[in-house]
Amino acid sequence: MAMEMRLPVARKPLSERLGRDTKKHLVVPGDTITTDTGFMRGHGTYMGEEKLIASVAGSVERVNKLICVKALKTRYIGEVGDIVVGRITERRRSAEDELAMRGFLQEGDLISAEVQAVFSDGAVSLHTRSLKYGKLGQGVLVQVSPSLVKRQKTHFHDLPCGASVILGNNGFIWIYPTPEHKEEEAGGFIANLEPVSLADREVISRLRNCIISLVTQRMMLYDTSILYCYEASLPHQIKDILKPEIMEEIVMETRQRLLEQEG
Amino acid sequence: MAGLELLSDQGYRVDGRRAGELRKIQARMGVFAQADGSAYIEQGNTKALAVVYGPHEIRGSRARALPDRALVNCQYSSATFSTGERKRRRHGDRKSCEMGLQLRQTFEAAILTQLHPRSQIDIYVQVLQADGGTYAACVNAATLAVLDAGIPMRDFVCACSAGFVDGTALADLSHVEEAAGGPQLALALLPASGQIALLEMDARLHEDHLERVLEAAAQAARDVHTLLDRVVRQHVREASILLGD
Repeated sequence: MAMEMRLPVARKPLSERLGRDTKKHLVVPGDTITTDTGFMRGHGTYMGEEKLIASVAGSVERVNKLICVKALKTRYIGEVGDIVVGRITERRRSAEDELAMRGFLQEGDLISAEVQAVFSDGAVSLHTRSLKYGKLGQGVLVQVSPSLVKRQKTHFHDLPCGASVILGNNGFIWIYPTPEHKEEEAGGFIANLEPVSLADREVISRLRNCIISLVTQRMMLYDTSILYCYEASLPHQIKDILKPEIMEEIVMETRQRLLEQEG
Repeated sequence: MAGLELLSDQGYRVDGRRAGELRKIQARMGVFAQADGSAYIEQGNTKALAVVYGPHEIRGSRARALPDRALVNCQYSSATFSTGERKRRRHGDRKSCEMGLQLRQTFEAAILTQLHPRSQIDIYVQVLQADGGTYAACVNAATLAVLDAGIPMRDFVCACSAGFVDGTALADLSHVEEAAGGPQLALALLPASGQIALLEMDARLHEDHLERVLEAAAQAARDVHTLLDRVVRQHVREASILLGD
């Protein structure tokens, strides 16, 4: 059995390699953002004796009269219309619930849903009222920080490399083989238990490693970035993608391509 | 104590520092990917690790949930190899419980718990090497870890210990100075407003000297804040550059 050993080595911070600085206004808790009381305060700020003070460490975002501080890493904060992927941990035990839902969704199932409403204490209410939501069958789940999932018009993507991905706003990413034919009227509640081919499995594994490398290098996740990263990783073996030097190389290439595409 | 001069005539302490000088502080945020927030700090030879989980649903009995704010749960643990002699501590012994309670008091004052009703925030601190000032190192590490987790706080919480020898207040005591038996004070401060989150002393100190020792501790805590502030800003800046504009 071949073994590989790595010794710890000091790495230069990646931001130096990129050679650029940020233009954002960075704050830490206790910093005064502004003494102008005309602004509305959003997440990450609080009002203290006539000035607006930051409560998290991050960058200040200003949209017209609303100031908020976007923290580097946060737990997911629900917004109406978000797509989330999650596992059922507990369910209401009432009689009608038993009759109606037991057949479809059990505890421990992975589902995709949309946020319907957000309560004042932060709890969210979800619905699966469209055929594209529902129980998730065979695939791979990757958990990342919610702040790295870019907000887009749609979070369901069928990637040309042969797999599909659901980018949940809560940081849960589901990678699964693209279904051959679109789901029938049953919607997403019948589990598809046909064996998945080796080629599909390899594509899914590669995608999973690519997503993890993007997240480690703190890049935003969206369909284009994942696709470019996948293509940049093709020359390497799937298990090599997670090695630090190869990860950096692949993500650098992805960054380049994304910059070229925008610029 | 015979033979051990805590403060020399020229004003130098046992390790060569001046009366108000801090030990070298090095800190890092985000040391564990799996936790919501984590940080590691070294204050001289004292090393502490802090890990934060939350805010999340209350574990155990739902009855403990507070309807208007979050529950802060702190646990302190000291490694068996942290002191000069290997000491196997039972989980839940007096010192750990007391430290946990003190940490909880400190952070309940700083974390904006009203923003997360009916949830729980867990802070776990582990001391890997204890060379004096363990409470202060725990508080400083926990502050960085809470910041790393993105949990909203009123301000940093910076802590330092202080003592009194030969009419002079000493800041940031090492183990040798603590063991000498003089009065020692631990102070946790919210620097921007100057508010005290926790002040603890269990020794005898004449009230005439209290003012001076308190001021030495407060100044040391502000110095710690300068350092921690730099660490956090550097961390935020790096992450911001990577994320791109």
